[in-house]
Amino acid sequence: MTGGTVSGTVPSGRPRLRLEARDQPGLLTHLAVSLLLLVAALFLAGIVMTVAGGNPLDVYRSMFGAGFGSKWGLNDTLVKMVPLTLASLGVALAFRMKMWNIGAEGQLLMGALAASGVALFAVPPDMPQWLALALLAAAGAAGGAVWGIVPGWLRAQFGVNEIISTLMLNYVALSIVQFFVYGPWGERGFGLTPMFERNTWLPRLTEFADQWSALRGLTLHLGILAVPVAIVCLAILLNRTKFGFEIAMVGDNPDAARYAGVRLRRTMIIVMALSGALAGLAGMNEVSGVVHRLLEHISPGYGYTAIIVAWLGRFNPLAVAVVAFLFGGLIVGADEIQSAGISSLLQGVILFVMVSGNLLIRYRIRLRVPETLA
Amino acid sequence: MIAFLTAVLASGVRTGTSVLFATLGELFTERAGVLNLGVEGMMLMGAMTGFGVTWLTGNPWMGILAAMVVGGMMALLHAFVALVLRAEQVVSGLALTFLGSGLSAVLGSPLVEVRQVDRIPTWPVPFLSQIPVLGPILFDHNFLVYIGFLLVPLCWFWIYRTRQGLELRAIGENPAAADVQGIKVMRQRILYVAFGGVLAGLGGATLSLALTPTWVEGLISGQGWVAVGLVIFAGWDPIRAMFGSYLFGALRRLPIDLQNFARFRANPSLGYFTGMLPYLFTIVALLTVSIGDIGRRWGAPAALGRAYVREDRDA
Repeated sequence: MTGGTVSGTVPSGRPRLRLEARDQPGLLTHLAVSLLLLVAALFLAGIVMTVAGGNPLDVYRSMFGAGFGSKWGLNDTLVKMVPLTLASLGVALAFRMKMWNIGAEGQLLMGALAASGVALFAVPPDMPQWLALALLAAAGAAGGAVWGIVPGWLRAQFGVNEIISTLMLNYVALSIVQFFVYGPWGERGFGLTPMFERNTWLPRLTEFADQWSALRGLTLHLGILAVPVAIVCLAILLNRTKFGFEIAMVGDNPDAARYAGVRLRRTMIIVMALSGALAGLAGMNEVSGVVHRLLEHISPGYGYTAIIVAWLGRFNPLAVAVVAFLFGGLIVGADEIQSAGISSLLQGVILFVMVSGNLLIRYRIRLRVPETLA
Repeated sequence: MIAFLTAVLASGVRTGTSVLFATLGELFTERAGVLNLGVEGMMLMGAMTGFGVTWLTGNPWMGILAAMVVGGMMALLHAFVALVLRAEQVVSGLALTFLGSGLSAVLGSPLVEVRQVDRIPTWPVPFLSQIPVLGPILFDHNFLVYIGFLLVPLCWFWIYRTRQGLELRAIGENPAAADVQGIKVMRQRILYVAFGGVLAGLGGATLSLALTPTWVEGLISGQGWVAVGLVIFAGWDPIRAMFGSYLFGALRRLPIDLQNFARFRANPSLGYFTGMLPYLFTIVALLTVSIGDIGRRWGAPAALGRAYVREDRDA
């Protein structure tokens, strides 16, 4: 988009809608337009629900109540927010350089698989907890990183389209996890592994209830600490380092970046490794912090939701975390009304409306009557 | 062995038909210079609609028709957002996939209970289906497979041998030049995107009405994405798209075909690995065109994925 103004395809001579680029859309414009679009999305999704025979107001009320209405709801929302934020930050990092990594789901699964392997076979029960957790985290990050490096390398070396390869690898990862949980690591064919030893569990808040009684019963685990750490690290990486600058440069104009001396292939592979590692950490969080075992359905599609979250957060780490919190609530709400379909419907409609509405943020719509030529 | 290979190829042709339709649709979309990553979503909506309408009307052809209409409407949504509103095409396409999977899950939830609807009938071609080996592979299928056979040469003819095909290639390669020639770039692009959606809807309904006559959430299981990959593999050529689709179909059915062998029946965990094959095949297929000189000979349409705005024209 090079010009300052663009216009519709209506032939000139009649009054027409003109789109004028806003110079620098302010934060307030952003928020106001986003809120407006969110309402529009909820309205549209509500129409679908009505068609499907539901009452959208009831659905929204119980979903909101489940996700944000109580201490317990917030607890559950934060639990979902952890993997969602980590995976979304990974996706955002890759998107920043226009590497369309849509394989966070597979990377998350491979991270969970690697962490589970370490928890089941490499950690003796008497190992100190901090060491066990560090090993699990390293394994999770490594598992995810491998699953990111493969498509990153294929793209960097051979130009294999990463959108397709990352997505295909999601299905491959799911098959591998299924093989392990139904096969060698499985327990009686239920599609889950035995419970891990306690020293590989991320501590939950409720374990500190002796000191602070308000924490009793809260299942939120210390993996939540990874969220601020990841946000800060990523913000520094993107905004304060040469590497972050190179990523943005490649994203904006790969040719210019190459002339400026950026090593494209190396940058691509490293970014995909980091992106996958973050998703892998998300997987480790789920096995170590939530279920304490590996199972087939370890992720309700966090990796796919992460794509939406990353885009809605405009690849800005803090904004991504805020959106991840809201979407965590959405997932909890969908669990409450027992309809994963509603959750993916809402996610789809919200993304679609926001994508189209992006125009409202970038442009001002003006009605113009063209002057007749004298 | 011959019997086994015949069975594999026959089921490959049958199974590959759904992805063939979607691939041809995306091929036209991309030839017009538009990238639509919403194939998976459009196929899901097509599969759900086709199954639902067949259940309601009792006529699978009504289901096919409805699926094509819905696929086309979904694609128009992408055309509106990506071409008229000029949103990033990758993101708009992704959004369409999410929308399709959510919509089909919610609207299709009553259909999960439905066990049986009328399928698209199978019609062994008289005499031809009696030929050994070739008969079962090519001439003993449901009608949709034959429609696929007809569509491929038609697409080829349209793209390479008609004036419309020339214009199609022009708007995908150099929309500015096409515009100067008086070709209505925007209108044609929208039409081709819609046509791509019609075929994706047909592909989805092929799955739910001919191959696995059921509806479950996420029925398409990545085949829409495979179609996007196969377009690249095919070098934007319908004939190669056909071979790619049937090969994918054969691999997709392989776990079931292999059940005929005692060794595979005895070791069910092998199924997880044979189940990966179609997805790995797609990656390898992309790799072969990237490594070989095929990619250089048949490149992507030059203007693929870029919005064309007349006022921004450089020249």
